[in-house]
Amino acid sequence: MHHEEPVRELFWGLTYNPSNILMITISSLIVFLIALLCTRKLAMKPTGAQNFIEWVMDFVKGIIQSNLDWKNGARFHLLALTLIMYIFVSNMLGLPFAVVYGHELWWKSPTADPLITMTLAVMVLGLTHYYGVKLRGAKNYLLGYTQPMKVMTPIKIVEEFSNTLTLGLRLYGNIYAGETLLALLVSLGTSGIIGGVLAFPLMMVWQGFSIFIGAIQSFIFTMLTMVYMAHKVSADH
Amino acid sequence: MLTDGFVLGAASGGFTVLDSLYQLLAFLVLMWLLKKFAWAPLMKVMKDREEHIASEINQAEDAKKEAKELLQQQQEMLKNARQESHTFIENAKKQAEVQKEEIIRAAREEAERHKEAARLEIQQEKENAVAALKEQVASLSVLIASKVIEKELSEKDHAELIQESIKKAGEE
Repeated sequence: MHHEEPVRELFWGLTYNPSNILMITISSLIVFLIALLCTRKLAMKPTGAQNFIEWVMDFVKGIIQSNLDWKNGARFHLLALTLIMYIFVSNMLGLPFAVVYGHELWWKSPTADPLITMTLAVMVLGLTHYYGVKLRGAKNYLLGYTQPMKVMTPIKIVEEFSNTLTLGLRLYGNIYAGETLLALLVSLGTSGIIGGVLAFPLMMVWQGFSIFIGAIQSFIFTMLTMVYMAHKVSADH
Repeated sequence: MLTDGFVLGAASGGFTVLDSLYQLLAFLVLMWLLKKFAWAPLMKVMKDREEHIASEINQAEDAKKEAKELLQQQQEMLKNARQESHTFIENAKKQAEVQKEEIIRAAREEAERHKEAARLEIQQEKENAVAALKEQVASLSVLIASKVIEKELSEKDHAELIQESIKKAGEE
């Protein structure tokens, strides 16, 4: 049960995966539409959709405030908001169905691709370094590697890479595993009558669990982003 | 092929670097769009609301303070008014007392004066009456005596005798 990924070459050996491009675009569009629809009628007394989006904003604010004081953390609000919404929507996209055309998998979660999650992780870690230097100065940023003692420096440097790797691969692993199991269940379900009867409840259970996993993973990704950010931008860590 | 499946980014088609760039770009564009269409206006509304609530609370606090002050003022005024009216009544009472004493004293004096005047008048009248009586008694007795004794005594001796006896009678 292995679907190929559609890979095309643009030019000079630069390759791209049109299914990724498609799903990234769709995810972004959905997030944008949700945000847009929720903020059409803004009022001092919030109603309906505005309540929802404000709840999301407060939730993200809570994530940031559990790591940073709001004076420093307010600048990361938009980043965290975009991250959690984008990753959540991405995780959900692969659950209801998958589209396979020929032998190529076209519809899936963009976060089921390690390259996508690693891109996000590298972007986030890059931002932590950027803000670490910007907010605390290059000297303090470098001194941070010798804390709490100098012997720790090699470990600290390794930690930066392992942070990046775990942040990206945790998300990828969870979503990819979920989708792989769904695909296996589908192949079981289509194998015969007994398989279909067996697979149906399992599908329902696993999809429900995957919704839970997807939500949790988007939360964890955002939370860890802010944890790493806090490590870099606040002095007491 | 099996080992390929465990290599990152090489799951089936190699390292598709453009996906990565596209994801980065898409994320940044999405963030920008969210900021422009959702985040910024929403933050503005939330901030406005926060300020609105804060100002309302401030106003309520001010109003409460003002009401408290006014209440205190009113209480002060009420107390003053009460005290004032109290002293006013007290003064009026005192004045009435004084006036009463005055009137009584004046009335008493007036009565005393009237009494004195009446007494003097009575005295005067009495004296007048006594004098008139004396005179009449004198002439009457002379008349009687002269009629009784006729010429036995001179009128001069007779008058002397009568005067003497009247004086005696007056002294008695």
